[in-house]
Amino acid sequence: MLLHFLRALACVLALIAAPAWAALDPSLVAQLGAEDSDARVEAIRKLVATEDPRVVEILKALDGDALALIDSGKRAVVVADGKLSDAATGQPAGAAPANLETIVINNRIRGEVGAALAALRLGSSDRAERLAAAKELQGSDNEDALPILERAMAKEADPEIKSILALASASLALKSSEPELRARAARALAASNDPQVRQLLATMLTKQKDGSYNEPDETVRAAAQASLAEINARLRTTEIGLALFSGISLGSILLLAALGLAITYGLMGIINMAHGEFLMIGAYATYVVQGLFRTHFPGAFDWYVVAALPVAFAVTAAVGMALERGVLRWLYGRPLETLLTTWGVSLLLIQASRMIFGAQNVEVENPGWLSGGFVLGGGYVLPFNRIVIVLFALAVLAAVWLVINRTRMGLFVRGVTQNRAMASCTGVPTNRVDMLTFGLGSGVAGLGGVALSQIGNVGPDLGQSYIVDSFMVVVLGGVGQLAGTVIAAFGLGSIAKFLEPWSGAVLAKIMVLVFIILFIQKRPQGLFALKGRSAEA
Amino acid sequence: MDRRQFIQAGGVAALSCSSISTAFGQDKTPIKVGILHSLSGTMAISETALKETALMTIADINAKGGVMGRMLEPVVVDPASNWPLFAEKARQLLTQDKVSVVFGCWTSVSRKSVLPVFKELNGLLFYPVQYEGEELERNVFYTGAAPNQQAIPATEYLMSKEGGAAKRFFLLGTDYVYPRTTNKILRAFLKSKGVSEKDIEEVYTPFGHSDYQTIVANIKKFASGGKTCVISTINGDSNVPFYKELGNAGLKAKDVPVVAFSVGEEELRGVDTKPLVGHLAAWNYFMSLKNPQNDAFIKMYKDWAVKQKMPNADKVVTNDPMEATYVGIHMWKQAVEKAKSVEVDKVIPAVAGQQFAAPSGYTIKMDETNHHLWKPVFIGEIRADGQFNVVWKSKGPVRAQPWSPFIPGNEKKPNSPV
Repeated sequence: MLLHFLRALACVLALIAAPAWAALDPSLVAQLGAEDSDARVEAIRKLVATEDPRVVEILKALDGDALALIDSGKRAVVVADGKLSDAATGQPAGAAPANLETIVINNRIRGEVGAALAALRLGSSDRAERLAAAKELQGSDNEDALPILERAMAKEADPEIKSILALASASLALKSSEPELRARAARALAASNDPQVRQLLATMLTKQKDGSYNEPDETVRAAAQASLAEINARLRTTEIGLALFSGISLGSILLLAALGLAITYGLMGIINMAHGEFLMIGAYATYVVQGLFRTHFPGAFDWYVVAALPVAFAVTAAVGMALERGVLRWLYGRPLETLLTTWGVSLLLIQASRMIFGAQNVEVENPGWLSGGFVLGGGYVLPFNRIVIVLFALAVLAAVWLVINRTRMGLFVRGVTQNRAMASCTGVPTNRVDMLTFGLGSGVAGLGGVALSQIGNVGPDLGQSYIVDSFMVVVLGGVGQLAGTVIAAFGLGSIAKFLEPWSGAVLAKIMVLVFIILFIQKRPQGLFALKGRSAEA
Repeated sequence: MDRRQFIQAGGVAALSCSSISTAFGQDKTPIKVGILHSLSGTMAISETALKETALMTIADINAKGGVMGRMLEPVVVDPASNWPLFAEKARQLLTQDKVSVVFGCWTSVSRKSVLPVFKELNGLLFYPVQYEGEELERNVFYTGAAPNQQAIPATEYLMSKEGGAAKRFFLLGTDYVYPRTTNKILRAFLKSKGVSEKDIEEVYTPFGHSDYQTIVANIKKFASGGKTCVISTINGDSNVPFYKELGNAGLKAKDVPVVAFSVGEEELRGVDTKPLVGHLAAWNYFMSLKNPQNDAFIKMYKDWAVKQKMPNADKVVTNDPMEATYVGIHMWKQAVEKAKSVEVDKVIPAVAGQQFAAPSGYTIKMDETNHHLWKPVFIGEIRADGQFNVVWKSKGPVRAQPWSPFIPGNEKKPNSPV
């Protein structure tokens, strides 16, 4: 009680003293670099309580590795562009010495700084900034921020921010010494979706080492239990939706990996073991385009992925056509030799990329619009890159379908696939069609590579991890059928994702393989089979 | 100068040396040294850098006069990430090339497959990677960390107030011997600290797993039950998709910290590290350590990368297994000089007790009996630039416990090879 009174008094004093903030206590600022983390936390909390406008700058510097101690640890300075300025006053303090070491912070301090900055931003005039600050404060345990929070709540007009602030102050009230207040806070928190709040409530219900509960009062525990159950029930639908989405997302990746193969293997009947390496070439093309954008058009960096699409398509299509003209066309009708040859080509391509780009993975950065995600509540997030990849897979699928079914070239492809001799008789240049079809299949694989570079590794072995999955999808879907490939990709993705929570990732993979073996036993032609005379060819 | 020219030059230098030295009756023939690291296949990503480090260290020793006045001649073979091929190549190194010592292997399974060969032919292997322990062989010196020099201190840190006072533990690994054994040790350790069964979750993924959506969602769900940390023994390529998923799902280090035992500077080169700031790794060396030995080591490797025209030579990094390789070669050199012989039976006793000022900033020692190094333990947080900030370190080097006391039946095992 006394503590609370003192704290309130300190706040009042701080408010009275407000017009005279000019001087922050330099020793308090220097305490931010103390050896002991407890002392640092204390310094942060005290600095926030002063509400001095300089505090924001100091804390931002601390967060950004730009605060350092000089004069044998007595004075804190902000380092910017090789120049120093006194942290407490903002006055310039000369040039930075060469071996100046900034203050290193760990997760505990980083969390504390984040909450402190959020508390200070609550007074901002920008609504988005206040909203972000209020969200950050949910689940914080900095009791010193309570007065700031309460004042912000009184001033706040926006109902959304106000309700979040109410939840934030409720989670702080869980620390109150009065059971009545704690129980009320626990009941109020039922409306929260924040994962930190769930953690706070769950902690109250667990036992300490000596067997007593963390929360001594039984009525408070009951209230916490009820709130927790309510939150969990609300989040259950979100969880199911999320599992469904991960299935679709995995399916879209399988589809992108397998679509090119559905053309080269499905339509042309070439067993191309180097298919995975076309994915890899597409991913490396993305990496190269990223490098070009970084050096030549840094302003448009966010759009490098879009620019990488045509590049990746062109490069892989060219490699594919070269492979078809140079090697594969001599091997038509000899599947075993084709298999071995393309496997050799795949090894060649892997080693070539290892020599050009090195054995290590290269970094492909997600552009801003592909980072982060769509927040569902309860801490669940739909990542933007996965949403975009699902849409992209559908777009590529639509494009391939249009090419095959609605263009003259597509007509030739279908004609050659169904009856090569007859197509040739009617004047279709079958050699050219073979080359272009193989190029199309390879190019589509290159597009898949661009997408894969956004979620996984870009390295010489990238293709190896997708080749088996791709063949699985095409064989399961039925050779020669785009629709089968689509259904097989999404089906396998969803099955894998629904099995995973129960069986674990290792067993899920085995179960999917067993399922495919059984299915192929029963239906060797796959989900969809070509009908008519062409089927025997 | 590429490798072949280098070896030729070394050979020519050695030949001319030997023709002069016969006059003094002293042996000046080059000493052959085997390097057994995968340069192709899945492990090439990690092991190529170790081959480069070994060649660099050997070139450096040769430039400073060699060992007992004799040049070192590296013999590089490529076991291609193929475990049986490791054994074959090891046999070739020992019987055909007649090397005096071999530096090599990364995965535990590759080490296990060469062990019988080294025992049968009485060879000598320096193994530079952190591993699960439970092994102590006369013919092997282990310069990487045992579990008590990495996994246990890291878990203790996460349980401390500084590390976030974690109460629940999500053990996530790739499905093979190292993660399984490490997690077995950690589970026993956590139980000894009073953590109950329901607060530990153990999950494995296949090699090369690339879809971590479900697992990250499960981590979030698990974390709602109390302060959680993730202990990751994911190995190899899978780390990139895992960390990308973490970043995109908004799982921040200050809420759920992830500590990894197989992720270092080299692995982070393939990742955009900005969303990962604050996640942790435990090692016995970080590139960001500031001391004269490390500065010299980093400079030596950077110069080597430029000289070898390695791809992305301007961006090369050093990491823990590279340091362990460097230390191992120097330990062997000192032992040979002490034994005044390259004979395995004379070198093995001489390695015990060797000391070396390592790039980790400590003078570290090979234990007198148990064939493992005493190593300092560092815990680092990932920075935005892909390097690590050291947030905790042990008080000086720690002695290895190859037989973990947390595995029943280990109490009676002797702390020296039998």
